[in-house]
Amino acid sequence: MANSPNSFRTGPDERGHFGIFGGRYVAETLMPLILELEQAYNAAKADPAFQDELDYLLEHYAGRPSPLYYAKRLTEHLGGAKVYLKRDELNHTGSHKINNVLGQVLMAKRMGKTRVIAETGAGQHGVATATACALFDIPCVVFMGSVDVERQAPNVFRMKMLGAEVRPVTAGSSTLKDAMNEALRDWVATCENTFYCIGTVAGPHPYPAMVRDFQCVIGNEVRVQMMKAEGRLPDTLVACIGGGSNAMGLFHPFLDDKGVRIVGVEAAGHGIESGEHAASLTGGRPGVLHGNRTYLLQDKEGQITEAHSISAGLDYPGIGPEHSWLKEMGRVEYVSATDDEALEAFQLLCKLEGIIPALESSHALAHVMQLAPKLPKDNLLVMNLSGRGDKDVPQVAARMGMKIAS
Amino acid sequence: MSRIAKRFAQLKADKRAGLVTYITAGDPDTDISYQILKGLPAAGADLIELGMPFTDPMADGPSIQLAGQRALKAGISVDKTLDMVKRFRKETGDNDTPILLMGYYNLIYQRGAEKFCKDAAAAGVDGFILVDLPPEEADELKPFAVTAGLDTVLLTAPTTDDKRLPAVLKYSSGFVYFVSVLGITGTSSASEEAVRTHVERIRRHTKLPVGVGFGIRTPDQAAAVARHADAAVVGSAIVERVKAGLDDQGKPKPDLVPGVFAYIRALADGVRGVRKA
Repeated sequence: MANSPNSFRTGPDERGHFGIFGGRYVAETLMPLILELEQAYNAAKADPAFQDELDYLLEHYAGRPSPLYYAKRLTEHLGGAKVYLKRDELNHTGSHKINNVLGQVLMAKRMGKTRVIAETGAGQHGVATATACALFDIPCVVFMGSVDVERQAPNVFRMKMLGAEVRPVTAGSSTLKDAMNEALRDWVATCENTFYCIGTVAGPHPYPAMVRDFQCVIGNEVRVQMMKAEGRLPDTLVACIGGGSNAMGLFHPFLDDKGVRIVGVEAAGHGIESGEHAASLTGGRPGVLHGNRTYLLQDKEGQITEAHSISAGLDYPGIGPEHSWLKEMGRVEYVSATDDEALEAFQLLCKLEGIIPALESSHALAHVMQLAPKLPKDNLLVMNLSGRGDKDVPQVAARMGMKIAS
Repeated sequence: MSRIAKRFAQLKADKRAGLVTYITAGDPDTDISYQILKGLPAAGADLIELGMPFTDPMADGPSIQLAGQRALKAGISVDKTLDMVKRFRKETGDNDTPILLMGYYNLIYQRGAEKFCKDAAAAGVDGFILVDLPPEEADELKPFAVTAGLDTVLLTAPTTDDKRLPAVLKYSSGFVYFVSVLGITGTSSASEEAVRTHVERIRRHTKLPVGVGFGIRTPDQAAAVARHADAAVVGSAIVERVKAGLDDQGKPKPDLVPGVFAYIRALADGVRGVRKA
């Protein structure tokens, strides 16, 4: 482990770096826009009216705070740690994505932008962005890999009903990274009137920090809720990681609480050893893509390799730069769960708790199923249930060999 | 004086602007790509940009994206790209035409900036144009480039205002590359008036030559740019000529290489038809 800093919560530095990670590796055309966003965001952070408006929307529109739910039957089944679920799947639009999107669309409004673009993998960020744009009457274009358009059809229809234009992307592997490339290409041409609403804690500075700040509502609520429920902080936190926004939102408020063990779960796809996975921290190395330096899946020369995961939301060859830094600092443990383990976890939660989790969140649960039995009964474990699984039902049915009548 | 500085000094003495031609290394395969590279100066190219294919070319339009995919599929690598330059210097004996590598920073970062600069200089490369290395991050490459004697051509855009230009120029050498439109490569074109205004603005900040690119497709457009800038840069339209030389199976037709040269010759005639003061 590297030398510990006094605090793990002070990053990034003024150039947007977390250690060697992060930064602003973008085309010159975008640089002035990114600097403008950084200034506008700093001003918004210092403006109580901005936070008030966001808080109001989070409470009355998104339905926060989301409950911290003691999963009694799951706990008894696993026979170890006391498992709590942070119910971010109960938010309006069905995932944690709305937390960030409301913040960014308020920023777009504040900056006088008249058009919003977004990339999406599973469609959860796209749906959240389309929703907020409907609310604020801003035209919205969502870029989505054509493979994801196929496997997340319900979300594509939701975005269209909400008035967004969905542009399928057929370049490269036709998944999340290609959607992000295409969104960046659009933005270079439209940056004067367009706000790019990035869905995760990645991209050029200030996005990783800004998205993190908007998602920290998750962890901040957990602190208060756990104090109320148990009179103390949790012992263990677990969350799934694609780009890493739900995990960062849960983890960040606890980074300086040394007693809290923090575990991020990447998607191992068919298994790390198969080479077909999306675990950039476990199976990648530092590189530069999409505006920041971070762990990436890549070949020897630095060509980006295709990620694989059953979960479209985790199917990304990179990860937010702050996670890369936290890995190198040794503050957060990063592990992985396979497609099959996630599918098993998905079914378990349906049966034991009557909750259909998103395939993304099922990866976190798969690790909880391994970890909780090894922990003492007084270990308070919080898993972020970042999304609901309705969108995944057709895909899971197909995997289970069942047909849904249409 | 670097090859790039010498070339621009010569162009000035000849009272004309230069033509900078972009090709993607390894497109459609290493062999044909080398044949094109070898013949570029004779076809009228004054400077050469050699694109290093990258899986995720975020600032490129469909033409250069597809060229990169063809090249990667045909097995291009950084080593093979540097070998192309080495062969060019050796076989043609051309020690005057500058060759710049253009691409994305990750390929350089993975080899190590210091080693990449050494290897590139040894191969006969003259400089870099890196799309995703703005001045904010350029200091991780610049010292090694300087040591190796390589120029770093940074991009400026219509969004780069007078306040920001000095920061870009601080890391620029060889020439300044003005991206004349908001957008990706090979899409829209700027008006001659817009080019004139921006080039004049840039000249108020620097004595470096100014090259203008993005969206130039015809000899007339190249001539219009040549009236105001020190060089016109053409990329996507050349790469499209390579694609036009492929059959339905993606196999090169016999007229591919001559077709590319004929097109470049026409562009060069456009540029050379403009006499400068």
